[in-house]
Amino acid sequence: MALVLSGNADLLEIVALSLQVSLTATAIACLIGLPIGALVAIGRFPGRNAVLIVMNALMGLPPVVVGLLAYLHLSRSGPLGFLGLLYTPTAMIIAQTILIAPIVAALSRQVLEDLHAEYAEQFCSLCLTRFQTIQALLWDARYSLLTVGLAGFGRAVAEVGAVIIVGGNIDHLTRVMTTAIALETSKGDLALALALGIILLIIALGVNAAVQSVRMTAARQAYV
Amino acid sequence: MAVTSATDATEAQSAPILPLAVRDLVLRFGDVTVLDGLSLDLGASGCTMVMGPNGSGKSLLLKLLHGLTQPTAGQILWGRHAAAEITARQALVFQKPVLLRRSVVDNIDFVLKARGKDRAQRDVLLDHVGLAHKADQPARLLSGGEAQRLALARALSTDPEVMFLDEPTASLDPASVLAIERIVNDARDRGVRIIFVTHDMGQARRMADDVVFLHGGRVAEHSPAPDFFPEPRCAAARDYLNGRIVV
Repeated sequence: MALVLSGNADLLEIVALSLQVSLTATAIACLIGLPIGALVAIGRFPGRNAVLIVMNALMGLPPVVVGLLAYLHLSRSGPLGFLGLLYTPTAMIIAQTILIAPIVAALSRQVLEDLHAEYAEQFCSLCLTRFQTIQALLWDARYSLLTVGLAGFGRAVAEVGAVIIVGGNIDHLTRVMTTAIALETSKGDLALALALGIILLIIALGVNAAVQSVRMTAARQAYV
Repeated sequence: MAVTSATDATEAQSAPILPLAVRDLVLRFGDVTVLDGLSLDLGASGCTMVMGPNGSGKSLLLKLLHGLTQPTAGQILWGRHAAAEITARQALVFQKPVLLRRSVVDNIDFVLKARGKDRAQRDVLLDHVGLAHKADQPARLLSGGEAQRLALARALSTDPEVMFLDEPTASLDPASVLAIERIVNDARDRGVRIIFVTHDMGQARRMADDVVFLHGGRVAEHSPAPDFFPEPRCAAARDYLNGRIVV
């Protein structure tokens, strides 16, 4: 605990990079996943059930598999090797985005489909376009979608398999909390591993508490 | 062809949509026939009350006329247009108002923006329905009567030529009922064609210009209100008005 409170520069650097990577990945995953979730929620098209099955299945993507696929694409001999992204925070963001975009899409699809069931006839009566419908659904479900984003962030910040493969756990460059915990545990430096573990838990609790507080405020105004 | 389609679209936006002619309308869900060869003619103005026992297809008739549901067979002609072509020129107020999870004023703004209309008229509308003082309150915390008045204001913000109301005063207290009737009557006086589903006999007597009585999936009677209430022609309507159970 003393280490947590000490303001250790290395520790802070690791925490900051973890937050930067996972928050960026969550934001990008939301930009990708929410529109997909909305389109599937309001769309009726052949093969929709198959799409739902795939979306739900992708929620359980193993991080190491995502890491491996990202590695194969980003390594020098891969199709995106020319970008030189392997072992950079950008590669870690890409891997985490691949990992959590399906979670955001699948969970938001369920939230938006439930809301659309309530609004559909009214929206048809108002002759809204598909774009207007999606806009309205995303806005009206914003507080529920916060929880979806939180689920994505939780998955991102806690995963180790993907980021360690594409990031390489390089000190002062790609070392994040989870990869550092794995490394320090293997080295026997349990104090640092525990300190990082405590910070990870505090972040998880803090973000959850903040989102819950926002949702409760919204619920009091019947906006949820 | 493209020119023809563009002309059709323009015409659909401007051509008269009244009178209404419904011919041999059939609506089936699987083996269940809800409407069975319903025919109906409605004139260009006034307030038509649609009455009938539960399950007679009143609400579904409104949705068919509004273009929200497609009939199994038959024809609906608004002027020369099919129902689905002119949905935007009509408005439907549901029995349970569907309000967005936003403030009162944002519920109106949403429709005005979607329709590309000037937001300046929202204050007039809110004042008209008596909700100006609640403009910034969450819409879903309104009482039942207030919520329905907001739904009416939202419907009126689209400047509809026809307004459908599906039991908008069900479960409301008398003061709320009268407030809603006043708003609907004002709309009628401004030339909006009203088609109103109700079970409330007193309300029908107060508001109706003509009454359509549905029974057995058909129009059992369509009469001017002064004729219908004292002396309904069909037996089912007579029983209904006399408080007997009609199935």
